[in-house]
Amino acid sequence: MAKKNKKLTATQIEYQAFAKKMEPPRPVLKNCIRAFWVGGLICLLGQFIQTFFIHFFHFDEKTAGDPTVAVLIFISVLLTGFGVYDKLGQFGGAGTAVPVTGFANSIASAAIEHKSEGYVLGVGGKMFKLAGSVIVFGVVAAFFIALIKWLFTALGGS
Amino acid sequence: MSIFIWAFIVGGIICVIGQLLMDVGKLTPAHTMSTLVVTGAILDGLGWYEPLIKWAGAGATVPITSFGNALVHGAMAEMQSDGIIGIITGIFEVTSAGISAAIIFGFLGALVFKPRG
Repeated sequence: MAKKNKKLTATQIEYQAFAKKMEPPRPVLKNCIRAFWVGGLICLLGQFIQTFFIHFFHFDEKTAGDPTVAVLIFISVLLTGFGVYDKLGQFGGAGTAVPVTGFANSIASAAIEHKSEGYVLGVGGKMFKLAGSVIVFGVVAAFFIALIKWLFTALGGS
Repeated sequence: MSIFIWAFIVGGIICVIGQLLMDVGKLTPAHTMSTLVVTGAILDGLGWYEPLIKWAGAGATVPITSFGNALVHGAMAEMQSDGIIGIITGIFEVTSAGISAAIIFGFLGALVFKPRG
């Protein structure tokens, strides 16, 4: 910042300070409250679906997670297609982005948005435009964590 | 019954952490999600994520942090049976449902829906 200011005249610096003062502050508390209850509700919905699978399809608590995630993703893709999820996202912020439905939304919206570029280059190629980084960093981190654990057990001999 | 309450509270708190990373940490959504996934992976490496799932149910499995947890879990499980090569073969073992569903439904969605201006 200081380096950038050197090239500016006094009036420009004054204007920047003025503009910064007039900038509306981010409503952090309001955003957090919205994120809390929107995100909480999505997780609550997930819990209902999971309980449903446990009671009616005889999944146990460990295996019920997979169909639950699949159902949530399906709902999220439908809502994305109808344009509802993006509106929900403007309201809920991270509350809609952090649950797995946000991950599905980023994939579905990129796929739909780039449809005009064709199915191979557009839908296929751009689908993971946003979700790709999540998968890449998740997999790389998981690889190193598993490797460290392997080294520990190999050295510890247990 | 209490699992429903805890699912709501824990899921909400994880989303608030994401919101704080965006608003206070000034991270982009992509950076926020990547941070949360890596955090989930580290928490499972320390053995702290599994107790959270037991206690909060979908509050811990629905947020994206559980994706990191599941990646580590798959890698570790296969590593125990197949040795070090199991890390590579097992990493997507548990997350297959999420990624496959997202690709398949995402593609079908692109077939059906039209992009909006």
